[in-house]
Amino acid sequence: MIQMIADNIQKISGWGNNHFFNVVLRQPRTAIEIKEYIKNIDSIARGNGRSYGDSSINLYNTIDIKKLNRILDFNSKNGLVIVEAGIKLNEIIEVFLPRGWFPYVTPGTKFVTIGGMIASDVHGKNHHKEGSFRKYVRWFDIMLSNGEILRCSKTKNQDLFDWTFGGMGLTGIIINVAFKLKPISTKWIIQKTIAADNFEQTMENFDKMMNSTYSVSWIDCLAKGKNFGRSLLYVGEHAKKSDLPPHLKKEILSVSNKKKFKFIFNLPSIFINSYFIKIFNILKFHSEKNHKTKFIDYDKFFYPLDNLHDWNKIYGKKGFFQYQCVFPLNHSYDGIKAILKILSDNQIGSFLAVLKKFGNQTGSFSFPMKGFTIALDFPMNKKNLHIMNLLDDVVLKYKGRIYLAKDSRISSEKFHKSEKRIINFINFRKTKLKNLMFSSMQSKRLNI
Amino acid sequence: MKDHSILILGARSDIGMAIAHRFAKEKYEILLAARNAESLNSDISDIKIRYGVKTTLYNFDVLKSKSYENFINELPKIPSIVISAVGLMGTQTKSEIDTEDASIIFRSNFEGPANILSIFANKFLDRGYGTIVGISSVAGEGGRASNYIYGSAKAGFTAYLSGLRNRVSKKNFHVLTVIPGYVSTKMTEGLKLPLILTSTPYQVAEIVFNAIINKKNVVYVPKIWRYIMFIIKSLPENLFKYTRL
Repeated sequence: MIQMIADNIQKISGWGNNHFFNVVLRQPRTAIEIKEYIKNIDSIARGNGRSYGDSSINLYNTIDIKKLNRILDFNSKNGLVIVEAGIKLNEIIEVFLPRGWFPYVTPGTKFVTIGGMIASDVHGKNHHKEGSFRKYVRWFDIMLSNGEILRCSKTKNQDLFDWTFGGMGLTGIIINVAFKLKPISTKWIIQKTIAADNFEQTMENFDKMMNSTYSVSWIDCLAKGKNFGRSLLYVGEHAKKSDLPPHLKKEILSVSNKKKFKFIFNLPSIFINSYFIKIFNILKFHSEKNHKTKFIDYDKFFYPLDNLHDWNKIYGKKGFFQYQCVFPLNHSYDGIKAILKILSDNQIGSFLAVLKKFGNQTGSFSFPMKGFTIALDFPMNKKNLHIMNLLDDVVLKYKGRIYLAKDSRISSEKFHKSEKRIINFINFRKTKLKNLMFSSMQSKRLNI
Repeated sequence: MKDHSILILGARSDIGMAIAHRFAKEKYEILLAARNAESLNSDISDIKIRYGVKTTLYNFDVLKSKSYENFINELPKIPSIVISAVGLMGTQTKSEIDTEDASIIFRSNFEGPANILSIFANKFLDRGYGTIVGISSVAGEGGRASNYIYGSAKAGFTAYLSGLRNRVSKKNFHVLTVIPGYVSTKMTEGLKLPLILTSTPYQVAEIVFNAIINKKNVVYVPKIWRYIMFIIKSLPENLFKYTRL
């Protein structure tokens, strides 16, 4: 059947594919066009649609910024790059990795726009040492509802700079961004795997390895009894040329061009069930626990899922949810344990179950805080919706917070209880931003 | 070795810009020509930084034939490839009653591109080599009520390219006619396009690049259009005149 594109109306969803909306989608090529589109009408910017829920969706005026993807300047001495906000991180890597530069901070996918990285103030496996993306942004230009463009930095329009990180697009439309890249000498990562047989060891391993640049843990959330909370901690360092064995020295700074597997159709949803995940988890734990050290390329280390194009389709037509929360350090042990207990008691499998220790909180409205964060995937069904409500209660009990870039379902009441900073954010939006007209399905759901 | 350089007339169009990126990736020197050229400065930095190739920008207005000579004198060289991605679709309902409007569409799609390409063609003949590429349209294959002003101009342009190819066929001179169907560009934004017949500017650029390398004469994008147009063109006029396509 021929599908028609009618008058810019398109059916879109977040990466979780759990709720589709018919929206008016604008695709401007320049800032001047953006100004025309946002004049007198409520809008939200959308990057590559990789936030999981409804944060980049506005029914009447979603501004897709992907066509603003030009690289405006690059300083090869200090690694400062100036780009339009719609450029994707994979393009940055393709252009600058061969010249010896890599992003300081990268989320678990490279298919995100730089504008989106600011709106979510993304973190990576090095947050405990190197902070969130905010730290490397020198300035950005943001367009307000009236079309005015303000340059913001740590010294200029500081409050707008600050609230925009983690502000989920609700402070304006980011146009241009200047940020620093990290010098690297090879594309290889030296990865060590450290197995933990139980929950206590899992938590301790992070402290033992806190000097590693990158660290992240995979947890077997279905393990029970003495195996409860067992995990594999992956730590990594950028390899120097002299670290490499001779056979790897041939490809020092080349972009990985592995053939990608592409999911064209949604898999039937019965495919993801706890029996399948249980077997997968046992195989994974035992096959990897004795890997000590190996060289893997950046693509495999940072973006294992990117090689499965449209991997969100493995969750079937109904889609899935991602759940990510963080607990302050003094409550992390109890909070994470309580979450794992709910999963293991109910035998709810999550393909992705990632644990990470964050460093200090920096931005006013950024997600990370000093403590432990856990990220989980749940296929869309009634039981899982109920389980996630239970997880919300754990978050409230142990003074944690949830990550808006992953959220598509928390209630406004629980969100406001868990996120004390929201009052100041709302006040800033009301008082400081002239004729404020930015909103998303998420901001409406959460009364932001 | 021959120099590798490409001049893109109508560089602001989505197809023109996509072609610039495709050739820059192959390390061609890029010359971009468009109206209000300075507004393409950010595209110039983008291409330079991404691909590390020499990229320059020139003011060019296809409707101002008197400025052609100046424009060509300003170029640092006669490039090895010249592409015309110039075009103006207009609105059929307006151009069928407003002859001024129709004139601009005829001139933008046919007279202008044909004349400027003629100048380059003669320079290529003097020099002994060159490639000329014209981006025409399926609208130029038989006139249809929905777009015959634009279509007839494109038909003229297609015939021009075919004639030029015939004239230079024994020389080291390649003429490529590109016939896109629907392309999702600024020009077609907001129109209802059937997805399977629609390509992206990047797909067009990829096909143009390969067609130049393989010295093709005429390429349709996507390919299916060759067969669709074959069928439409085979209809007897007696029948065709009652169709609504």
